Amino acid sequence: MSQPQQPLGVRFENIEKRYGSIVGLRGVSLAIASGECVALVGHNGSGKTTLLRVAATLIRPSSGKLAFSSYGNASSEIRRRLSMVAHATMLYEEFTAAENLQLTGQLYGVENSSRRIGELLEHAGLAARRGSLVRTFSRGMRQRLAIARALLTEPSLLLLDEPGTGLDVQGAAWLTDTLRQLRDAGCTILMSLHGRSELAPIATRALRLEAGAVAADSAVAGTVRGVLNSVVP
Amino acid sequence: MSTVRAAAILAAKELRAELRTRELLATTIVFVLVVVVLFSFTFDPTSAESRRFGPGLLWLAFLFAGSLMLQPCFVKEQQNDTISALRLAPIEPFFIFLGKLAANVFFMFLAELLLLPIFAILSNVPVLGVLWQLLLVFLLGSVGIAGLGTALSAISAHARMRELLLPLLLLPALAPVLIASTEATAGLLAETPEFRQQWLGFLVAFDVVFLTATWLFGEYLLEE
Amino acid sequence: MKRQTLAALVVLLMGAAGYAALFVAPTERTMGLIQRIFYLHMPSAITAFVAFFIVFVANLLYVFRRERRWDWLGVSAAEVGTAFVTVVLVTGPIWAKPVWGIWWTWDARLTSTFVLWLLYISYLLLRTLIEDPERRALASAVFGVFAFLDVPLVYMSIRWWRTQHPQPVLLGGPGSGLQPTMKLVLLLSFIALVSLMILLVRERYRLETLRAEVDVLRREVETP
Repeated sequence: MSQPQQPLGVRFENIEKRYGSIVGLRGVSLAIASGECVALVGHNGSGKTTLLRVAATLIRPSSGKLAFSSYGNASSEIRRRLSMVAHATMLYEEFTAAENLQLTGQLYGVENSSRRIGELLEHAGLAARRGSLVRTFSRGMRQRLAIARALLTEPSLLLLDEPGTGLDVQGAAWLTDTLRQLRDAGCTILMSLHGRSELAPIATRALRLEAGAVAADSAVAGTVRGVLNSVVP
Repeated sequence: MSTVRAAAILAAKELRAELRTRELLATTIVFVLVVVVLFSFTFDPTSAESRRFGPGLLWLAFLFAGSLMLQPCFVKEQQNDTISALRLAPIEPFFIFLGKLAANVFFMFLAELLLLPIFAILSNVPVLGVLWQLLLVFLLGSVGIAGLGTALSAISAHARMRELLLPLLLLPALAPVLIASTEATAGLLAETPEFRQQWLGFLVAFDVVFLTATWLFGEYLLEE
Repeated sequence: MKRQTLAALVVLLMGAAGYAALFVAPTERTMGLIQRIFYLHMPSAITAFVAFFIVFVANLLYVFRRERRWDWLGVSAAEVGTAFVTVVLVTGPIWAKPVWGIWWTWDARLTSTFVLWLLYISYLLLRTLIEDPERRALASAVFGVFAFLDVPLVYMSIRWWRTQHPQPVLLGGPGSGLQPTMKLVLLLSFIALVSLMILLVRERYRLETLRAEVDVLRREVETP
């Protein structure tokens, strides 16, 4: 795994997101320093996906400010250095695995993209199916491809929304391993997951969201394990 | 990376996708063909009548076909949420539109190109003498239709009844393109062909206005 | 200004304008009594334009400020503007029939007005087809901006087209021999109609704010 280019942190300043009269996020203020590996937990509907998508600049907050450690606002420069693995795979069904990665490589200006694509597909266990249409892939294979695509651009900030979904035991182990290496190389990671996920151990910080607000933060009080376990079933 | 290059990459992606599925082009061509043929035997126009009504019919057919063809443009990016991948990429939203616009203009122009000889034969109107000028009008008109249509298809993609909605939004708004293109085409197909420059200038102005609007409002058109 | 005061003022102005149009203005030489509908027709058109300009400004303000009230103002002014355009489209034929013997003609102004009407009907229809309030507001705001940019292009293209293919011009050309008294009555009508527009927009806006309140209350009741 290569090094991310430059460290990147993100700061939420009183971020609110309203959908009509429903509040998705309320008064979220927190700073994620570069290099942190943050686990985000909470019930469904607590705002995890919204928080991740705000960080990805996909969702525009109703109020508040999003700031990145290098630049003031999100710009295409920032987006060059961030990657996301979302709920949806964001893959083109009518293209092959390799073609999907090539498109990303071209759009992000990745150097040596053919070599890197080959390496990543190998690493993800998809090398044999590189010329197959994504339409023919299983759920687990799609997820691995989506993760591979996020890694292709060597992000400094990686956002993951329940990335273990659809992965079998092997796939989950591969993901955990990969993320651990990225964390050690200095990549900032923000991932939403369940407390019992295999990914939980690699987190250096844990946040619990409840009804759109930060209910617990291991950086403020408690331990990572403590916060992860505090999600009441 | 040059952002125009990003648009070229996206246009290539659109073309490659169409090559795989081949849905869009075939249906567009057949649609225009059906309209032209139906007109021909409903009205059984003489050569003179074809000169008079043909251009309007042709552009009406292009307009309808275009608004049907443009409708899936952003809807298909909802599958697997690929539109978010495009929005995440380090390119300005305008170049996403530009890439799709280029591909859409290409498809429309191709369809028009294939239909021109058929129209000429069915209506007994000579076109070879003014071929290049006609193709220029086709190109500018297509940029008008696809320019506004690509932008509005991003809006209609989020609405109900979007198959009907896009034509509903687009057709009145394209009235200027219909008029300008028809007039320019009619001039070229007349007994003594004339090159009505002011209409071409108008088409260029129309294209510039809406490309600028897309540039200014592109990110809002794509907002989640 | 308080609601009741404005309403009273509007009633007064409309009454005065109506009286002036029917009894004070001199009878037109060639067309007789029916020409008086001009005092409703022309100012309605201008009032509609004022309303649509308000829509445009409200749309821009919404896109850049995202405050709900601009969305409310936009839809209110759009509905009222469309109503005034409908008045124009209805009074046109009412005048045309006794004077020209035809209900409709595609003269430049009438055609442009019809396309304008279609554009804003599309705007209103778009709003009914998107449920999420924020998405609806943004989508219609951007479409509204595009529609407004289209309006001069519509008028220009239709005017050029009509100079090439002249048709009977309904309702006389601009300022075609208006006596001073006529001009005064016209001005009075205009003031009356604009104040009516303001009243209607305010009431419609108020309705929209009440709707929003009801929505909030309903959600509070529904969620446990």
